[in-house]
Amino acid sequence: MSVLAAMLTLMLLAAVMAVVSRPLLVARKPEESDTPRRSELEAEREAKYREIRDAELDYRTGKLSQEDYEAVNGALRAEAVQILDKLESSEGGPESSDSEGDGKVEGDQAVEEDRAPDPAK
Amino acid sequence: MSPARKRRVRLVVALSAAVILASALIYTSFSAASPTVTPSQLAHEGVAGRSYQLTGTVKAGSVRHEGDTLYFSVQDRAGEASVPLSYTGTVPDPFREGREVIVTVEKQGDSYVGERNSLITKCPSKYTVTPSKTKTY
Amino acid sequence: MAQLGGACLILALAVCAYGIGASLYGVRTGRPEWSESGRRSVYALAGILTVAFMVLELAFLRNDFSFNTVADTSSATTPTFYKAAAVWSSQEGSLLLWAWLLSLWSTLILFLTRKRMRDVSAYATAILLGFGGFFIGLMVFYATPFATTDPAPAEGVGLDPLLRHPSMMIHPPMLYSGYTLCIVPLAFGMGALLARKVDAEWIKATRRFAMAAWLFLGIGIMLGARWSYSELGWGGYWGWDAVENASLMPWLCATAFIHSLMIQEKRGMLKVWNVSLVLATGTLAIMGTFLVRSGILSSIHAFGGQTLGVPFVILIGVLILSSIYLVSTRRDMLRSEHRLDSLLSRESIFLANNVVLVGLCFVIFWGTYFPLISEALTGHEASVGPPWFDRYTVPLALILVLLSGIGPVIAWRRATLANARRNFVIPLSFALVTLAVLLATGVADSKPFALAMFCCAAFVLGSVGQEYWRGVRVRRAIAGEPAPLALMALVKRNRRRYGGYVVHIGIAVLFVGVAASSSFQHASELSLSPGQSTKVGAYTVRYVRPTASVTPKYDPVHTGSTLSLGAILDVTKQGKHVTTLTPAEDFYDSGEPAQGSVAHLIGGQPVSQVGIDGGIKRDIWSAIAPDIDTPRLKRIIEIGNKTIPLVRPDEGMIAVAVMAREYMRSPPPAEFHLIISPLVMWIWIGGAIVAGGALIALWPAPSVVRARVSVRARSRAARRLARA
Repeated sequence: MSVLAAMLTLMLLAAVMAVVSRPLLVARKPEESDTPRRSELEAEREAKYREIRDAELDYRTGKLSQEDYEAVNGALRAEAVQILDKLESSEGGPESSDSEGDGKVEGDQAVEEDRAPDPAK
Repeated sequence: MSPARKRRVRLVVALSAAVILASALIYTSFSAASPTVTPSQLAHEGVAGRSYQLTGTVKAGSVRHEGDTLYFSVQDRAGEASVPLSYTGTVPDPFREGREVIVTVEKQGDSYVGERNSLITKCPSKYTVTPSKTKTY
Repeated sequence: MAQLGGACLILALAVCAYGIGASLYGVRTGRPEWSESGRRSVYALAGILTVAFMVLELAFLRNDFSFNTVADTSSATTPTFYKAAAVWSSQEGSLLLWAWLLSLWSTLILFLTRKRMRDVSAYATAILLGFGGFFIGLMVFYATPFATTDPAPAEGVGLDPLLRHPSMMIHPPMLYSGYTLCIVPLAFGMGALLARKVDAEWIKATRRFAMAAWLFLGIGIMLGARWSYSELGWGGYWGWDAVENASLMPWLCATAFIHSLMIQEKRGMLKVWNVSLVLATGTLAIMGTFLVRSGILSSIHAFGGQTLGVPFVILIGVLILSSIYLVSTRRDMLRSEHRLDSLLSRESIFLANNVVLVGLCFVIFWGTYFPLISEALTGHEASVGPPWFDRYTVPLALILVLLSGIGPVIAWRRATLANARRNFVIPLSFALVTLAVLLATGVADSKPFALAMFCCAAFVLGSVGQEYWRGVRVRRAIAGEPAPLALMALVKRNRRRYGGYVVHIGIAVLFVGVAASSSFQHASELSLSPGQSTKVGAYTVRYVRPTASVTPKYDPVHTGSTLSLGAILDVTKQGKHVTTLTPAEDFYDSGEPAQGSVAHLIGGQPVSQVGIDGGIKRDIWSAIAPDIDTPRLKRIIEIGNKTIPLVRPDEGMIAVAVMAREYMRSPPPAEFHLIISPLVMWIWIGGAIVAGGALIALWPAPSVVRARVSVRARSRAARRLARA
């Protein structure tokens, strides 16, 4: 093997070992503010909010009659509250968790914003 | 009918339909298929009126153009047996002597006639593994 | 430098082995630092393979012919663009590309999910590294890109001229990106099954990657079809060839997966469908990768000769068996949480959609692998041709398009019958009007399938158009914006839905193009002498005069041909000039001196330069096969072979120039292949629309809220919602 190639290989090897062994050597603080249960619930919550918005859009674009919409809407919101309850009791921590890990929380406010003057009127 | 029963009925109907369609498909594939043969197989087993997928290489020196028709022979990949045929239709660019081809042929009388536009010639070999030569590391 | 490359591969293999061990150890013993180390080995793998890939790429760009791969597929005279792309034109190089792309996507998804789904991603890491290790192992033990020859040859063989086309160079990376992207959801699907967590988090992580895989695969398929149409001399874009089908099958499964995933997200249903689909997509992607490079099926890509066959068959076997095992042992947790509420619901349309797509995939699978199946069952190898494929795929495609128009109009869970009936009025009228017009004008006589497709496409257009119209109206009611702004806001806030609708329109447009161009084509193959003309469809094509050029200076695609013989064709319609086409046949140096000093200059494989006039309403396609074997031309070659020494190729080129002039002076009749295809352009346009729609749907949702909301405030909001 040529000297240059050998040196580069060794450098690469060293880099790889550094990257790979870091978590083993450096004790990371347990960043588990997200227990598996919590992030799962948050994913469910997001999905439920999306369903609520979809149902409303379905109603407003004429696919559902008012009765059917109210039935579906009620059911969905009840399911949402259940999820929120579970979330609240699962950790009890005051700060919100970022399910995307990027400081943004979608969901409830999105639902609020999209709501027009109440269709039930 | 209870909802559960209704669901089961639906499932049975759907599955039966699927099975029937799949069987129809499988059945027709066997009758619609044309057997793949080499020149030696064709020479032995060729039956007039049936169409076959003939595979082999283009025999050196056998290629001849006459007007619209292309005459050439297909030879066994590993062997001497070859079958002459006449062909009309698109001739792919890579076609030449020694190249591997597939062509759909039908035996008409004593000679073989290639189905129009059925000639396929091998794409240049991109993916054959050449035994690696001197490894120098 | 080859040594560095080779060492990289060995290091990569070691990293894969370590990573698999560390991830599995970490997840089984509950020690996250080991799982973390496993994840980092994926990052490290990406780094190593990037170095290896760069080494190979540099070798190509520097004309380092000591590399066998470079010598076999490139040459000093190959234009730079093609040199760079020749890296993946060989078996070894394409394996490296595959492994490298896989490592990149794996790094991406593992980085994005690094804070979540610990168990699932640990297993997924091990599986991804397993695949990486497989491909790297193939390279290390069977087909290394870093083999060298000493002393290095002075010049390389050069890139096959057939591949010197921009789309042919982009097609493999696109397709490989698609294939490797399919492996990511597969790994996460298996990981979810292993960790027993097939849930909302898994859906969220998988969805985008599945869509990206779908998008890239689709683009790869389209590029292949486009290349086939505009480069190869047969004038078609789809031949049901084994390699075409190999890329279509995972795409179909991915389409089904993306749709039915939505149902699992909303209703916790179809879990078994979903894991089966995601595993099938990945397995079909591996099978596709395998088909293209093995000799197992005769197709234009490979004939006879097994290459790398055995390892792949083993891998595929392992995949299938482990998938079956995992799904059956995890049956209990894959049980549906709910049942279908009503047949009149979007869920049930999606279910029907699943069935049709899987059915299509099955048909294509059966037809593609039929030679192997028939050999196994009957002892005789037989194959089915395009007519068989068409017979079954066309009706299924019709149903698919129809469903894509019905779906948008039906609500989730349970649609109101009265509303649904009302909602179908507009789409149905679009379809009926189209039907009436086509019947009245007699355009679609005797082509029932094309007619049906046009009507279905009109139906889709009506349905999606109605959705957009109503959506904009809703938006304006809420926010009072002018229509264009409302449209943008609507799409921004509901990307998945409205992006998906755009995709449906694109598919409809695409199928209209396919139906029109296959059913209403006029083709003609004949011999013409200069001055003669012929009628094709509504057009008259006249062979004006021949063209001949030697090492054309203006070589738009830099193909490096030595001699180009062609024709000028004048196309008129009812006396009015429409276009001028210049098809040609390019001849190349064969690199075999044994042919003769002049003969070898033009003895290489010729490539057709197709003359196309593309238009919105129709394409006029022309190809020429000039007669280069006339007695006069042969005589020139003979004389040249005898009198011109091999070592003077420049003098040989003079002989070629004489040939060119002779061809111009007394041109023999040439074989022409002429096709008038209506609406072919719509296929490419439809494809572009589909890609655009997919991008809209893929795009991350706007961060509607940036405030961090406390849990208490949120639960207050929730109670308000519930009571509202």
